[in-house]
Amino acid sequence: MVKVFIYPSNSLILSDLIDRFGHEPLAVMREVGKKIRTVGLDSPPINITPEDPKIGLKYAAVEVPSGVRGRMALLGPLLEEAEAAVIVMEPDIAFGCMGCARTNELVNFLVRTKNIPILELDYPRTEEDAKAFVHMIHDFTDGLGKGDK
Amino acid sequence: MNDDDIISKMIVLHSTFTLPSDLVIRIYESKADIIVKETCFGLIIEGKRSVVDEVAREIRTLDPNRIFIKERGVPPGDPHRCRVGRGGGPKPGFHQHELEFPFLPYITSALEEIERGEGKGTKMTRSLPIHIETFKDIIEKEVAQSK
Repeated sequence: MVKVFIYPSNSLILSDLIDRFGHEPLAVMREVGKKIRTVGLDSPPINITPEDPKIGLKYAAVEVPSGVRGRMALLGPLLEEAEAAVIVMEPDIAFGCMGCARTNELVNFLVRTKNIPILELDYPRTEEDAKAFVHMIHDFTDGLGKGDK
Repeated sequence: MNDDDIISKMIVLHSTFTLPSDLVIRIYESKADIIVKETCFGLIIEGKRSVVDEVAREIRTLDPNRIFIKERGVPPGDPHRCRVGRGGGPKPGFHQHELEFPFLPYITSALEEIERGEGKGTKMTRSLPIHIETFKDIIEKEVAQSK
């Protein structure tokens, strides 16, 4: 089983397909879940703790907005674990955790600096494209090795 | 990632013949130690990671190409997500589902193709942005025609 970073990180389709094809999707929901279930935060996940921007300093400089660094505190650990990545370029909408364009650029840059297999796709707009989208992910995950599910 | 971690998973159903209640009954039959919430899109289940993963795998077998599963950050009925405490409006995360939901039937037919061993090597047609010089030529031609 290979750990596959997905972008947009909250995508149902990507998360499901990676899991279905026998690999582990690295999605931001897992990190949000850890925050929510850790006792002591005021109002998770709307607020981040003062510690989070400090964790984000590993990925972005201090003059970068704290929102970017806070988001990187969630996405950074996933990037560290990633052994492969499926990136959907220019998704139509990116809300919530994925709603910061600068963070998304930084994440895409950091994924590319890692020496891992990357599949780049566009969000499908037609039936044919949607089918090709699934086939390409299937072929890519097949190439990563057999999952153990 | 620990097997004893408490996690939630969303089970999104896009089927014309399987209902969320069918999935709930299957979970009750399995006697798994998890919390189940029936929703408009399917189910939310919460429990220990090992149990939730096992239940999700079992549920998927009911209608494999029409059940879509992803991990969810917040537990079922969480006050930060529940619209009662937030004064209405869409839940955070709704927009991503709104975008992806119309594609689920196509994903289903692609998964059926994969089952039949078809479609291997299919590529998406990526439309690249037009080159600025080509765009200039088009403008010049259009302007010349309109004169």
